[in-house]
Amino acid sequence: MPQSDNQPLLRARGLRKVFPGTIALDGVDFWLEAGEVHALLGENGAGKSTLIKCLTGAYRRDGGDILLNGDMIDPKGTIDAQAYGIGTVYQEVNLLPNLTVAENLCLGHQPTRFGMISTRAMNRRAREVLSQFGLDIDVARSLASYSVAVQQVIAIARAVTLSGKVLILDEPTASLDSHEVDLVFGVVRSLRERGLGIIFISHFLDQIFEITDRVTVLRNGRLVGTEATRDIDRVRLVNLMLGRELEQEVRSHGKTHAAAGEPRLTFTGFGRKGSIEPFDLSIRPGEVVGIAGLLGSGRTETAEVLFGVAAHDSGEARRGDGTALRLTSPREAIAAGFGFCPEDRKTDGVIADLTVRENIALALQARIGWMRRIPAREQRAMANDYIRKLDIRTPDAEKPVGLLSGGNQQKVMLARWLVTNPSFLILDEPTRGIDVGAHAEIIRLIEDLCAQGMSLLVISSELDELVAYSHRVIVVRDRHHVAELAGGDITTDNMVRAIAAPEREAIN
Amino acid sequence: MSLNARLLPLAATLVIFLVAYAVCYAQYPAMLSTRVIGNLLTDNAFLGIVAVGMTFVIISGGIDLSVGSVIAFAGVFIAVMLRDTSLHPLTVFSLLLLLTTLFGASMGAVIHYLEMPAFIVTLAGMFLARGMAYVLSIDAVPITHEFYDYMQRLYWLMPGKGRLTLIGGLMLLVVVAGSLLAHRTRFGMNVYAIGGGAQTASLMGVPLARTTMAIYALSGLLAGLAGIVFSIYTSAGYSLATVGVELDAIAAVVIGGTLLTGGSGFVAGTLIGVLIMGLIQTYIIFDGSLSSWWTKILIGMLLFAFIVLQKGLVWTTAKRRIAGG
Ligand SMILES: Nc1ncnc2c1ncn2[C@@H]1O[C@H](COP(=O)(O)OP(=O)(O)OP(=O)(O)O)[C@@H](O)[C@H]1O
Ligand SMILES: [Mg+2]
Repeated sequence: MPQSDNQPLLRARGLRKVFPGTIALDGVDFWLEAGEVHALLGENGAGKSTLIKCLTGAYRRDGGDILLNGDMIDPKGTIDAQAYGIGTVYQEVNLLPNLTVAENLCLGHQPTRFGMISTRAMNRRAREVLSQFGLDIDVARSLASYSVAVQQVIAIARAVTLSGKVLILDEPTASLDSHEVDLVFGVVRSLRERGLGIIFISHFLDQIFEITDRVTVLRNGRLVGTEATRDIDRVRLVNLMLGRELEQEVRSHGKTHAAAGEPRLTFTGFGRKGSIEPFDLSIRPGEVVGIAGLLGSGRTETAEVLFGVAAHDSGEARRGDGTALRLTSPREAIAAGFGFCPEDRKTDGVIADLTVRENIALALQARIGWMRRIPAREQRAMANDYIRKLDIRTPDAEKPVGLLSGGNQQKVMLARWLVTNPSFLILDEPTRGIDVGAHAEIIRLIEDLCAQGMSLLVISSELDELVAYSHRVIVVRDRHHVAELAGGDITTDNMVRAIAAPEREAIN
Repeated sequence: MSLNARLLPLAATLVIFLVAYAVCYAQYPAMLSTRVIGNLLTDNAFLGIVAVGMTFVIISGGIDLSVGSVIAFAGVFIAVMLRDTSLHPLTVFSLLLLLTTLFGASMGAVIHYLEMPAFIVTLAGMFLARGMAYVLSIDAVPITHEFYDYMQRLYWLMPGKGRLTLIGGLMLLVVVAGSLLAHRTRFGMNVYAIGGGAQTASLMGVPLARTTMAIYALSGLLAGLAGIVFSIYTSAGYSLATVGVELDAIAAVVIGGTLLTGGSGFVAGTLIGVLIMGLIQTYIIFDGSLSSWWTKILIGMLLFAFIVLQKGLVWTTAKRRIAGG
């Protein structure tokens, strides 16, 4: 770790930001050295995203100073911050899918001759830039044709080339699988070597320990501590974040009684051409079936076919008593007592302009029909109930969901499905972007729900988590259900082996 | 192929144009002459020019419904000015272009600063421009000026006796300039960027206000120019002229392969779109027995086919991405 000579690279002094009903930042003193990766940690709604938005001028701060190399600066927005050398990759990937990779990298800074952009020179420059990041791709193709990880690296490349002193990454790894995380980390390490100061926000503690040099923890808008990563252990870190002891980070599970009895639902030969090969699945009351697999392997597609988002074109579904079920649209699925909490809350999930209460009432209202309005008082009681149960951080139920922090939006979406009291609930990555405290809450919730007899299908990239609560785990690879593990066979090793099988065959 | 998914709509347009031309040629060999081509360019010059402006607007994710009225206003303005003052036509043209450009820019400003949908703002602009034309004159005003006669006589004789008239040539020039502006300048890139997502584009440093105003100003400028061309073509200004031309322009742009949702398209495609529409019309004139309403029906069908094609394209690229990711 580099020594601080005299001035830190970037420093925030007494930063303060107030939103109606919330003090998002309360006198935060934060400093970043050159050549370090500095983690910013905190529960959902702690103020991490707000802090970096104030640092880059995306939000106007209500008080405090920002110093770069000891000089006061006052960036007015992203572009202004860039000019000071501060580049940001915000919480969601922010590039333009309709432009080519090169156009994205060079937008606003294209090489021109006599006012005309030279596409050749632009592509050449883009190739040069990306090769520094170990990426050798066709830069003339549209951005949309590359995976999220590659897009993420391109976003980082753009931020770095335009700024070059400070790089801010807000949950850059939230939607990446482990190989892709390695790709991004390789890039981050080489940038640290180059002497950049990097702020790294993530809820994955493993990643924090792997890559960062120092950690700063925020709680309720206050800075509660900054320490060297190697001097701190997990337990202490979690305590700092939550301000209390977490009983156990991942509870040893109470799934002793393997759910027995007749299946509640049976799917046979269920599938859809081009998205998921036909599979058989049966699920009993009180059972949790986990789905493991890499991103894009067919996990989400499985969920979408079951819920009718993409109608199946083969196979059939039956209830336990043998009656056939029609499942060609989400409407029919909801009517059959299904619930589905999708992975991407931005596009499929919450409605940002509606309040927390309205979002929570939405699915229930849809289920009982729009003619019978739920009385406002009941809606409010319901919303408050779940705000408490899921620990949603919001001043009240009337705040538009779009103004909540990312992780709290995720919780609202979960609450929306829970109120409909489904008999079969599909959760796609329920803990993504959720802090450790809430993480444990959600796992406990999953266990409670199945103890009450609900059947759950849970998709997750976190294998430990699947081990903790699943009665059975289905492994998906290349759009096939390739393996099913049950009971004592559910271990991380077994899952990894089933997910990675093709490589092993190649070696044999 | 995967490289050029973006080029596919353009290629489809070109193929349709060639096939249509081949069909026409098979029935009326006379249609493959520079004479017919020259007429095609002349007759559709004003539409081509205004459609280039519309292409920029649509690529940025907007729409400009005012252009038909602006063309009519331009014609009446020129005719009245030439009748009532002794200004030279070139002076009148400059005045007019200044006026329509400012008109476009102010619509852009309203759209950006008041965060109003382009549809509504330009709809208001459409009524406003048409109303202004009525205020100037309700009746058709003929244009008689030796400079007009001079411009109408100007042409370049193509091999095969076809005439590339001044206005036909002007349209080609506008297309070339528009192509360069769209694909080879920072302004052009910014237009595509806004079409891809205004919020993201602004985070990436695209000046939203300036670019939006410039886009509608450009559309206004080209609508003014189309008005001049139309007045040369018809030698008159009439406030009831060119009703619905904005819709023809939008159709040409979409048939030309530009995505109606913004973010993707080609100026060259728009030219082909205009030519396809002109070709259908020419065919019907050659035939003589068909009702001219067939033009509308065929264009309607083409338009529908293209929207389906675009939907299919978007769908397959989305799929490929999932398969690749
Ligand atoms: N534009 C806004 N208007 C009102 N309140 C806001 C706004 N943006 C954030 N907040 C509030 O400020 C607090 C901090 O939010 P912030 O997004 O910084 O959290 P975070 O630490 O990034 O959480 P997460 O881990 O969930 O992303 C939250 O209570 C949130 O509701
Ligand atoms: Mg955040």
